[in-house]
Amino acid sequence: MPQLTWKVGGAQGEGIDSTGEIFATTLNRLGFYVFSYRHFMSLIKGGHTNYKVRVTPSQSGYHGDELDLLIAFDQSTIDENWKELSEGGVLIYDSSRISSPDFPGDKNFLLCPVPITEMAKEAGSSIMRNMVASGVTAAMVGLPRHAFDPLIVERFGKKGEKVVASNKVAIQAGYDFALKRFGQRKELPQPQPEEDGGGHLFLSGNEAVALGALAAGCRFLAAYPITPATEIMYTALNHFPQYGGKVVQAEDEIAACIMAIGANYAGTRAMTSTSGPGFTLMQESIGLSGVTETPMVIVNVMRSGPGTGLPTKTEQSDLNEMLYGTHGEIPRIVLTPTTVTECFRYAAEAFNLAETYQCPVILATDLFLGMSKQSVPFEEIDGVQVRIERASRIGDADLAAMGNGEYRRYRVTESGISPRSIPGQKNGRFVAMSNEHDEGATEEIEDSRNRVEQMSKRMRKLDGWDVDAFGYVYDGPEESTEITLVGFGSTRAQIGEAAARLRERGVKTGHLQLRAVKPFPETSVCRLLSGASRIVVVENNSTGQLAEVIRARVGFHDRITHCLKFDGDPFTVQEILNHCNRSQEVINGWRR
Amino acid sequence: MATMKDFRTENKPTWCPGCGDFAVLAALQKAVASLGLEPEEVVCVSGIGCSGKIAQHFGGYGFHSLHGRSLPTATGVKLGNQDLTVIAAGGDGDGYGIGMGHLVHAVRRNIDLTYIVMDNQIYGLTTGQTSPTSKKGFRSKTSPEGAAEEPVKAVETALVNGASFVAQAFSGDVKQMTVLFEEAVRHRGFSLINCFSPCVTFNKVNTYDWFRENVIRLKDREEYDSGDRDAALSVMRKTHGLVTGILCREERPAYHEVMTGAHSVAASKMDLNIPREDMREIFHSFR
Repeated sequence: MPQLTWKVGGAQGEGIDSTGEIFATTLNRLGFYVFSYRHFMSLIKGGHTNYKVRVTPSQSGYHGDELDLLIAFDQSTIDENWKELSEGGVLIYDSSRISSPDFPGDKNFLLCPVPITEMAKEAGSSIMRNMVASGVTAAMVGLPRHAFDPLIVERFGKKGEKVVASNKVAIQAGYDFALKRFGQRKELPQPQPEEDGGGHLFLSGNEAVALGALAAGCRFLAAYPITPATEIMYTALNHFPQYGGKVVQAEDEIAACIMAIGANYAGTRAMTSTSGPGFTLMQESIGLSGVTETPMVIVNVMRSGPGTGLPTKTEQSDLNEMLYGTHGEIPRIVLTPTTVTECFRYAAEAFNLAETYQCPVILATDLFLGMSKQSVPFEEIDGVQVRIERASRIGDADLAAMGNGEYRRYRVTESGISPRSIPGQKNGRFVAMSNEHDEGATEEIEDSRNRVEQMSKRMRKLDGWDVDAFGYVYDGPEESTEITLVGFGSTRAQIGEAAARLRERGVKTGHLQLRAVKPFPETSVCRLLSGASRIVVVENNSTGQLAEVIRARVGFHDRITHCLKFDGDPFTVQEILNHCNRSQEVINGWRR
Repeated sequence: MATMKDFRTENKPTWCPGCGDFAVLAALQKAVASLGLEPEEVVCVSGIGCSGKIAQHFGGYGFHSLHGRSLPTATGVKLGNQDLTVIAAGGDGDGYGIGMGHLVHAVRRNIDLTYIVMDNQIYGLTTGQTSPTSKKGFRSKTSPEGAAEEPVKAVETALVNGASFVAQAFSGDVKQMTVLFEEAVRHRGFSLINCFSPCVTFNKVNTYDWFRENVIRLKDREEYDSGDRDAALSVMRKTHGLVTGILCREERPAYHEVMTGAHSVAASKMDLNIPREDMREIFHSFR
């Protein structure tokens, strides 16, 4: 597949992000399909950071295994990334800082020294290294000399013409230098602009989650800033207030979650967003939502744990906590969207599910899906039908027909769902009670028969939800496969590419990606895996949490192998393929 | 119009006979009725412990939440529907132990709710352990040698952090308590009323008689100015906190009037549908 991968790296605080953003945003606006991935550290200045951009002929969802062009602002960028450069790759380095680039190995790179810092200083300030680098990039991938101008005007226009002009000078200096010295070295794939000639939407999973919530009628977000979830809060701050939506920065995640429960109780669609450490603090209120049957939406953008872990790195290790966390037993839904568009769609749907089933709905993404900005066709998101279903409520008229004290909030019903009143409704009085309570919800009660009735009522609520119609996407032959790859959430793109490569080699391959893990779509998973000779469960954690669930709920112990990664980085396709190649050996080992 | 009777429930409170919390419940029922509120317009949010049962016995809507979490729950309820009158209530362990962090932030926000703390200086429902407000040297099952810690100064903390309404009341004076609750509910912004509410079963030191002997009423001090925050801190220090009445009162905007997303229409009453064209415009801003 014709594609281009590009990366810029340097010390944090040197404008690496802005270099990447300018390149990625400009390409996206020109109609290219772009995926961007930020590698960053939990500090403000110093330390290695890089920004990778992959340009593909169609939508991708992944930043690519290899690297065609690397721009190194310092030697540590070379140390950290030279292995990723493909044979014949281009290594552009700041010759004002690095006299001769040092990298082991015998790979054949094209070395392109560019006095980036010097040229930036000449243009006005060393801060404009990023602009010189952008100019160099444009020349070497065949973009027009003025490709970045519109974005520069947009970003720096407020700072005055002088700033805009000197940035343009820096870009052009880089462009002219590189064109003269090296010429165009790499090809971009064909752009595929939108119908209006413009670019696709350039969205991250976090932004899509906030927009999905807004579209679904969420009018309250309480959250505490945490990497990698904070963009949800930023996006909400930008777009909620216009529609009367409130955003609270809570004192901690305990308060954030419980405030959102309070707002839901009062009849407002409300949510919280967080990552691992915050999600752990929310465990008690997840239980509260469950026992009081108060709708709740919690977004968990996973990062590497435990403890503070790797705060700026990706992982899928909170699965167990999302499935089992909080003391006692409650009904819950855990959704794991696999694309940016699904982040939008499932965030919206989460509010309907929470209100219908009056239970917590956890929307799980991770740093990789949450923070990677990527091209999404407008039609894809615009085509999502957002419906607002405020089910399981009791109307004023129904309450008026009852006498005072007749309404029973926790009435034991066959479906387990009891119509919900909200404060302000006459005759609808009840106490949302974290203690075990009776049907009338007027007082706590320790009677054993009541306990069993209320527990059973709550725990059967989700029986009516057809998770199999919703909870997975499958690609491949349905009857039998030599190998079936299984993942959940953000790993869909890499697993998909790995599956495609296996098929190219003639291996009959299936790819099952789960979009809901609680309730578990076991009927479908059982059907789709029963014909697989080998099952490879691909997940970003060290213990194989999803594989454990599959074993427990479905079986196939003797066919499942784990493809695990927990070094903080997302999977590469090659890593998955390497594991697939070994998986038969692993299975043979068991059978011996 | 609703009367005090409408704020009563059928179930009898399970508090011990003579418990200070009976007075708090009665004063609250009386206060909201005399303010002309209807039961469906008032939500009582409580934490847990003996005091937490107040939500069950108050005739409005209720939320019997988690230990220490009455304030964030109540904050969410108020922001979810700002037209409701929201009362948060709990004990000293609930509010000044596990929930102390939330108190400071509720004060800072000036969230429009009334926070009633039933302070009995002991953990009652768990049968008598030292609480954050137990005096130093207080003996209980968990401090057999006498408590080694100083009691938390919650009221002073609220004052220092700018609480816009701070008062203290005593279960031995329901009349005064009722008036204070009325003032607090009427106050636009955060109000804290710390109530001396004796535990007749486990606290044999801080009894009704002990409070009667030691507590002074601000009302009896003609020169006291509740607009003077320094005076409030000074009187708290001089009386070792044993004083009732309105300590401090200040008018300023409530949180829901100034926060991000403030709106004249309650969030729960908003039209949730966003025009398709609006949504498309928002999408296009991500290009």
